[in-house]
Amino acid sequence: MTDSRSPIARARGLGAAGGGTGHWLHQRLTGLANLVLVFWFASSVVALAGADYATVIWWIRDPVVSVLLLLLLASGFYHLSLGLRVVVEDYVSGEGAKLLLIYAIGAISILLALLGGLAVLKIALGG
Amino acid sequence: MTEVERPLSPHLGIWRWGLSMALSIAHRATGIANALAMLIIVWGLVAVASGPDYFELFYGYMTSALGRLVLFALTLTLMLHLCTGVRHLVMDTGRALEPEANRRLGILVVIAAVGLTFGFWVAAYHIAGLI
Repeated sequence: MTDSRSPIARARGLGAAGGGTGHWLHQRLTGLANLVLVFWFASSVVALAGADYATVIWWIRDPVVSVLLLLLLASGFYHLSLGLRVVVEDYVSGEGAKLLLIYAIGAISILLALLGGLAVLKIALGG
Repeated sequence: MTEVERPLSPHLGIWRWGLSMALSIAHRATGIANALAMLIIVWGLVAVASGPDYFELFYGYMTSALGRLVLFALTLTLMLHLCTGVRHLVMDTGRALEPEANRRLGILVVIAAVGLTFGFWVAAYHIAGLI
């Protein structure tokens, strides 16, 4: 089969979208991380059922818990921004609206991840 | 240029619903719903960081009848998405692509997701001393 791509394009292997397999791979790697993190988070919240404010603070201040919460926010929001991007690419037909929505998804994801991360750090480091 | 009536490939309306196509769209729908779950997680963390008064308000919302209904639904969407996600990872390795194996994996995924959801909620009610 003939290949219309230049040798350098073939070597880079980025394809028509210019993104290569990065999106596909990152979606799966963060998915695997989320598998562990969401199970841990759900189990932890279940264990905290009926707990008072002081107990929740005590839980978040555990360094392992703080770090896992930060990872959940990072991996979770990265994964959902990649996923929502595909949904927009599939269903939104206007090129301008599509780009705007993809940008908004990324921006809001970063904003919320930072907000949650700062809250964790404030609790973990607060006097 | 004149518009040519081209034949379309068979689309959604022509297929009888099967388990694999239901799980495929369910994976996408639950993924979208889980964005709401992440939003509530951030809200909760901000509520805890904002002090006991705001935490009480958040806790009140979450433990109200509507709050519990939303949290139960989101537990189900999270668990279903995790399980259908594992299904996709399995299929990425080339396994369970034959109709019979694929069906068995699909049924297993649904049972696991429902079981985990009820398991978490029964455990939560038990730990809170409600049952």
